[in-house]
Amino acid sequence: MSLHTPYPPRIIARLDIKAPNVVKGIHLEGLRKIGDPGTIAQRYYNEGIDEILFMDIVASLYGRNNILDVIESAAQNIFVPMTVGGGIRTIDDIVAVLRSGADKVAINTAAIGNANFLKEAAERFGSQCIVLSIEAKKHGEGQWEAYTDNGRERTGRDAILWAQEAEALGIGEILVTSIDKEGTKKGFDTAIAGIVRSKVNVPVIVCGGAGRAEHVIDLFSSSHADAAVCSSIFHYDLCSIPQLKKRLIEAGVGVRP
Amino acid sequence: MILIVDYGRGNLFSIGQALKSIGVEFCISQNPDDLRNASAVILPGVGAFGDAMVNLNDKEFVEPLKRYVDAGKPLLGICLGMQLLFESSDEFGVHAGLNLLPGKVSRLPEPDQEHTMRIPNVGWRQLQVNSGNPFGKKMTDHSMVYFVHSFAPQPTNTDHIAATTRVNGKDIAVAVNMNNIYGCQFHPEKSGPEGLNILRKFTESIK
Repeated sequence: MSLHTPYPPRIIARLDIKAPNVVKGIHLEGLRKIGDPGTIAQRYYNEGIDEILFMDIVASLYGRNNILDVIESAAQNIFVPMTVGGGIRTIDDIVAVLRSGADKVAINTAAIGNANFLKEAAERFGSQCIVLSIEAKKHGEGQWEAYTDNGRERTGRDAILWAQEAEALGIGEILVTSIDKEGTKKGFDTAIAGIVRSKVNVPVIVCGGAGRAEHVIDLFSSSHADAAVCSSIFHYDLCSIPQLKKRLIEAGVGVRP
Repeated sequence: MILIVDYGRGNLFSIGQALKSIGVEFCISQNPDDLRNASAVILPGVGAFGDAMVNLNDKEFVEPLKRYVDAGKPLLGICLGMQLLFESSDEFGVHAGLNLLPGKVSRLPEPDQEHTMRIPNVGWRQLQVNSGNPFGKKMTDHSMVYFVHSFAPQPTNTDHIAATTRVNGKDIAVAVNMNNIYGCQFHPEKSGPEGLNILRKFTESIK
């Protein structure tokens, strides 16, 4: 059986955090409470997830019930890479997130306002630590605009050009979330996945729309994405992590079993 | 007591949590004098080779680490910490390493028409274990572990290679061992149950 992807792509579970809870919306809005972050992350780890993405959707790093406590607690029993995004604005924020046990940070809004922040962060912590997060909304055939604040704020910037610009600043990975697909469970935006993957040389992580195993298979067979982010599919038990991986392997996508 | 060297580089917290989970006592130290009381030492590291050596020198760890190894006590380098065990690296210019293992560190083979793996190599990759090497014996052949790197060592003596992984058509050394010196390019503290297993077997072997 031939592999669709030359190297095993990663399956990443995304937990949207509105501390102290995991929540989930549609198109990044209309939030429903899912449960306790520590319990959910632990279950996904036990089931064989490759990586976990914690997204602080209210962007409050500090204060009561903050995401740092969530990460610190999760890091005690979870031994796969953890990325934290949402509200990371300064070098000190990155230090705080890494100290709490995260391996990487995902940066969106702060980079749009100040691209130099990405360069500074990559030089200080290493490229491997800095993930550019792009929230993309389709504006026409082959055209996507970058948004911030969970898809609420337009930036007027072309998402593909922004990905290329950020790569040149030294970031290590790009997380592309399709606002159009996010939370819909109707499949990934494989078009933007393929275009971004072909325009940059760093690994590309694709997020938004996974509702069935077929959607993930479709993503890897059509775009060569380096990782797929799944959320609803696991939260609502539409397909478990072992089931998804089994289906991927059967379809010729050589993921970690 | 296992000592994790804190020279301002690397995710010490994660390595500590991993050791805790397998019931191993450890301390994190910035003081080279503490090497004297350590039963084993872990040298972590992320970032660039040259910067890391500057940090190790600034914290006056270089000579004490060499004396520690000369005394026959176990040292495990993880990720960049493994690369530092070698003679030199050509990451951003040529930089001298700790020179504890023969060989040099160089950039991973670039992708071409036939091989399309991206550098940095990020993700879970399969180990090919050299069961003739003592550290290799502690690993499961074909198991998958987590990597983030753009460089890797080329040990002069292939007997020192404990495991390799395939990168753009070439077998790259990703775990090494010579006597009391151990290294792994992957992150055992981020490689799930298999990673913890490797750490457990390493710590058991030094008791």
